[in-house]
Amino acid sequence: MAAELLIYTVVHGSVYALLAVGFSLIFGVARILNMAHAAFCVLAAYIMYNLVSPVLGIELGTLPAIIISIVAVTLLGMLAYRFVIDRVREHHGAVLLITIALAIFMEQALTMRFLNTPASVDYFISGYTIIAGVKILNDYLMILGITAVLIIAVHLFLSKTKMGIAVRAVANDTEVANLMGISPSRILLITMAITTALAAIAGVLVAPTGLFHTPATWGNWLLVIMVIVVIGGLGSIKGSIVGAAVVAFVEALCIYDPLKLFGSGAAYLMSTFVLLAMVIVLIARPAGLFGTLFEEEKL
Amino acid sequence: MFRRLLKDFRFGVLPVPGRVIAIVFFVFLFIFPLITQNSYYVNMMINASIFAIFAVSWDLLGGYTGQVNFGHALFFGVAGYASGLLGRYLGWPLPATMITGILAGVAAGVVTCYPALKLRGSYLSLLTLAFPLMLVPLILYFRDFTGGEYGLNQLPRIAESLAGRYYICLILMTVSVLIMWKLTDAGSRYVRTGLIFHAIREDEIAARALGINTIRYKLLAFMIGGFFAGLAGVLYTHTQGGASLYMLILTMSFQAIIWVIFGGIVSIYGGVVGVFVLYPLVYLSYDVQTLFEKIHEAIPKNMGPLLVIVEFLEKLTTYPMLILAVVVILTLLFMPEGLAVLIRNKIERECPRCKLTNGAWRKQCRACSASLH
Repeated sequence: MAAELLIYTVVHGSVYALLAVGFSLIFGVARILNMAHAAFCVLAAYIMYNLVSPVLGIELGTLPAIIISIVAVTLLGMLAYRFVIDRVREHHGAVLLITIALAIFMEQALTMRFLNTPASVDYFISGYTIIAGVKILNDYLMILGITAVLIIAVHLFLSKTKMGIAVRAVANDTEVANLMGISPSRILLITMAITTALAAIAGVLVAPTGLFHTPATWGNWLLVIMVIVVIGGLGSIKGSIVGAAVVAFVEALCIYDPLKLFGSGAAYLMSTFVLLAMVIVLIARPAGLFGTLFEEEKL
Repeated sequence: MFRRLLKDFRFGVLPVPGRVIAIVFFVFLFIFPLITQNSYYVNMMINASIFAIFAVSWDLLGGYTGQVNFGHALFFGVAGYASGLLGRYLGWPLPATMITGILAGVAAGVVTCYPALKLRGSYLSLLTLAFPLMLVPLILYFRDFTGGEYGLNQLPRIAESLAGRYYICLILMTVSVLIMWKLTDAGSRYVRTGLIFHAIREDEIAARALGINTIRYKLLAFMIGGFFAGLAGVLYTHTQGGASLYMLILTMSFQAIIWVIFGGIVSIYGGVVGVFVLYPLVYLSYDVQTLFEKIHEAIPKNMGPLLVIVEFLEKLTTYPMLILAVVVILTLLFMPEGLAVLIRNKIERECPRCKLTNGAWRKQCRACSASLH
């Protein structure tokens, strides 16, 4: 049982961390809660599905399809930022609403095209590996590896490159960064591009595991992402990894239910407990485990 | 008494176009069942009245007091379920369950308020978003008791006849909106809450420095919000004859915000306008679809491009949420003050000297004859 809990936590935690890291980054830099983040993931998965399957009439190989869908979603994210989100950036309520509207728009457009067909793509690597008596799909192992690489890459980008330092400067103090010759609007656009690219990569990678049942699944994923990011601290990358592990562990506890507390319906209560964890963190420490609060956000 | 009322009407209402429109609108609502007996349309107006209470209660809490609540459906759903469950399992009479249901809404407001007191901005929105979503799985888990996905069915209705239900909802809507309007009126001589809610939204720390107990007033705002959202929830349950999970899901919370933003935030009447414009739009999308089908058949087959456009529009009407999302984006980008406020600013002008509202066509103020240009 312990092995199963641990492996579930690590494997699903890596998927969640991949989904959450972009959401956290754009909040940390621009203080934008991008509720359309999960919708971008779902969109990328569906674009890939559209390209590799005979739906559209052109059957591309897996790799070109992946690249095209990531590039397309990234461009779409930049357009959405430039023409929609940027204009209401000053008011947090408006940002929340407009990104939710964007997400609903994408969901409905996808539903118009696909109805409720799942984005069923073949596994990238078929088969499974047995670790400590637990079957793990090879795809999950691949996601684990890619997540690790991407998070290290983002970390290196933010700490070593000149652009990354500029991004962090804007996150710390936009006005002073502007005085130092950094263009905040450009940096924010670049950050948005990076975060939507991360969302698209996550969507493409997760697509074969069948976690995106319908275009409407973005809501469930958004919830998971939000909880992770709040627990870890909005804006902190280290926090989103820890938060993802916490959420995956709570989920594992609900699914395997080692103490047999809730009987057969335990899986229903999963999101209640996960959200409860979020509420407790928000009450006890609004900044999350590793996040920072600006002076004007305190009360 | 009557003469005074007539005088008020002549000098207080007739010269101000906004008030004339409001009165014409309410007269229209009161004679609506005489115009059509079709239950489809009357039900639409019943729901619109209930949602108007719901939307305006969000405006009081999220707009006026600035506590941007993304889980307003909690109050709505808790009140509806509480009333339904009490009637079902304890056999209480309808008025008793309804009052207890509304009190349950107030209690939900208090429960939400305590953790929310420490938070603001995006953090507050995230916290409030979580509460109704925590309740949904619990309702599914205790399905034997709550009915699970199917909800509670065959609950008693507030009146047997359609017109009875319509008038009860309409009168309660009018009274609630008037009460909330008075409570948030910053210029009122009798109630201080309006001014204090404004102060809390604009600068809470400054309000506290002025000696206002902001915690008490925020609690009050949550309780008032919970009360009226609870009233809407109870009415919804007992006009539909059932409570369902639909009352608690994210869509319900967002709808309230969408209506208020579209009509005009921080303006009470904006919520009413938003509901009575957008709700029928979504509700009647099926009618529009049949209309497009007729147009589709009427167009000759050789009109290629026109046929494609009509087909696309026909398909679009099946997805009212798509249209709603576009409406929200366009509203926030191009008229952030909202439809009702925009129109009001076009047809009315405030006198710079005596602060009296005038019709926009006047060159001089109707009371102090100051120039309006």
